[in-house]
Amino acid sequence: MVDVTARQAAALDTRSWFRRNQIAIMPWLFLAPGVLFFLFYVIFPIFQSFNISLYEWDGLGQPEYIGFANYEDLYWEFVDRDAFFVSLTNNLLWLLLYLLAIPAGLFIALFLNQTVVGIRLYKSLFFFPFVISQVVVGLVFTWFYDPTFGLLNTMLAWVGLGPINVLGDERFVTYGIIAAGLWPQTAYCMILYLTGLNAVDPEQIEAGRLDGAKGWRMLWFIIVPQLAPATFIAFVVTIIGALRSFDFIAVMTQGGPFGSSRVLAFYMFEVALSEYGFRMGYGAAIAVVLFLIMLCFIAYFLWSMYRDEKRAR
Amino acid sequence: MRSILKASAAALVLSAFAVGPATAELTGDLKIFLDTSNPAPRATMEKIIGDFQALHPDLNIETTVIDREEYKTQIRNFLTANPPDVATWYAANRMAPYVNANLFEDVSDLWQEPAIADNLASTKGAMTIDGKQWGVPYTYYQWGVYYRKDIYEELGLSEPANWDEFKANCQAIIDSGRKCYTIGTKFLWTAGGWFDYLNMRTNGFDFHMALAGGEISWEDDRVKQTFANWRELIDMGGYIDNHQTYSWQEALPFMVSGDAVYYLMGNFAVAPLRDAGLTDDQLDFYQFPAINPDVELAEDAPTDTFHIPANAANKEAAREFLRFVVSADVQTEINNGDNLGQLPVNSQSSVDDDKFLNEGFAMLSSNSPGGVAQFWDRDAPAEMAKVSMEGFQEFMVKPDNLDRILAKLERARKRIYE
Repeated sequence: MVDVTARQAAALDTRSWFRRNQIAIMPWLFLAPGVLFFLFYVIFPIFQSFNISLYEWDGLGQPEYIGFANYEDLYWEFVDRDAFFVSLTNNLLWLLLYLLAIPAGLFIALFLNQTVVGIRLYKSLFFFPFVISQVVVGLVFTWFYDPTFGLLNTMLAWVGLGPINVLGDERFVTYGIIAAGLWPQTAYCMILYLTGLNAVDPEQIEAGRLDGAKGWRMLWFIIVPQLAPATFIAFVVTIIGALRSFDFIAVMTQGGPFGSSRVLAFYMFEVALSEYGFRMGYGAAIAVVLFLIMLCFIAYFLWSMYRDEKRAR
Repeated sequence: MRSILKASAAALVLSAFAVGPATAELTGDLKIFLDTSNPAPRATMEKIIGDFQALHPDLNIETTVIDREEYKTQIRNFLTANPPDVATWYAANRMAPYVNANLFEDVSDLWQEPAIADNLASTKGAMTIDGKQWGVPYTYYQWGVYYRKDIYEELGLSEPANWDEFKANCQAIIDSGRKCYTIGTKFLWTAGGWFDYLNMRTNGFDFHMALAGGEISWEDDRVKQTFANWRELIDMGGYIDNHQTYSWQEALPFMVSGDAVYYLMGNFAVAPLRDAGLTDDQLDFYQFPAINPDVELAEDAPTDTFHIPANAANKEAAREFLRFVVSADVQTEINNGDNLGQLPVNSQSSVDDDKFLNEGFAMLSSNSPGGVAQFWDRDAPAEMAKVSMEGFQEFMVKPDNLDRILAKLERARKRIYE
């Protein structure tokens, strides 16, 4: 009797193993291509570059294991205030000053968030610098800063100042490049805030008005808290943008004059992959340092996203 | 039987010596990678490859031209991953990473053949590493002082014979409200040219090569003397301002407009200067004058080369192409004024009748007893070249930092040549 029912049950569920477990398997199947590529192109290279950083290797011949000697060299370069020190300080400058794009973007967004004739045109004009390639932005600013016939020095001459050679002076060069980078980055933050402003609840503004909030207090206590998601995204993309500052430096100064505008990403390229660079291990060690810096931010982003998800549930 | 053996042996010998169309017909593919991306060199190369094709109709030649700057970083990828049969590159230490990694074919056998051994002897040293030859040269060019003859005449100056006259001329030019030397050091190597000349004139060719080879301390007094000489020109205000922001091309307009009078450069600067409107009456050339009368004059003459990658598929055809490129007629043809406008490497070739080529050829063949250097970034190892040229640039802008710069270079030397 028992035997018969068991056999009947088995006979009833004639579906294959796959069909029976479909619901559990399908998400993983859909995720598989992405996960595989992510593992292969992102996770695996992280470990690979850490491995390479323990070798002395010119990229062509046989690598030679040297332990942590590359990191030791980096340490001495740091102590001697050599290239690595300069790159690291410049990276920090980039991270700090690039964040100016967030308030600047917010104010432009507030300014453009009105209904007048042709506002769409103005919005697109303000967004324009983000659309053109970073290489072009770099070139435009290089000409703007040109010490002999650049617009900047022409304008300074009107007020009796200058000339200054922004890209040729080791004191100004990093600020000059950051200013060039801020132009498209501000546009990016602006567009994020413009979409955020659309989602601001008019009832809360109304309620704030009734309570007598105006001007700065209205902005700070009513509007900005509602823009928090946009601010978070703007913060993420700006930090990433600051750490990827490679293109501007490559186009505008090649790390010069005498290496004073380098950042870690450019220095890594220079020692490992450029015309005169044959130190793969050293480049990989710089990459690991850069990764550790990024890891702080990545950890923060993941943690705050996790927190939000939890709160949403 | 015996006669057949003899005949085949004779045929072998014949084929080993015969050059050109007489050899056994070449077949298969021949992949050529070129870095001659500027319009004139590109057309020249395409034309001679066409000629080579006409000689070997059964050969399937495939030419790839890569941007000259890109090529410098791509070469290490394609030599390992996807090697062509023939590739362009540069002589001396610039070959070393690829020779040491066994990526270039040893072509010493070609250099045994009389056609090459006898006629290319002058460049053999630059192609030799570890007693073997790793490629063949196809062109070279002189460096020297290009100057505005009309401004010289206006100021009543004459070509300087020694360092004091050189400085006196510069002072006269500065007094007339101009700058002496135009230069663009954004890409660093132009400063390497100045260092080459100042150091070779101050300490001589052998010292210069020993320094490039890491045998001499950067904090040596003789090196400091070179920088002291250099500093005289800098303190005089001889160089154009803001040169650290310009490429070598962006520095040309200063010379064209007459704001600067000299350009220490390779002969490739002549073409753009002529294109910009300077006639041969306005533009002239002289050899960098002696500084220390006790050292023999030595010159920079960078050589561009062809190599066979070690992993090439069709080395037989590649060797034939190398023989073809260095042959006297082809050398005359590709280096003439309409094509590369440089000097042929084959001593049987004729130099095109051009003012600058003639002067350069005479200078290199009879007035460079000290030796011929390739160029700082080809004679010194890549890393040392990079660090030192950055130091030269800093020195030119901030001469007061010299001690710090030299200390940094000395640290780099200890690491790089260990």
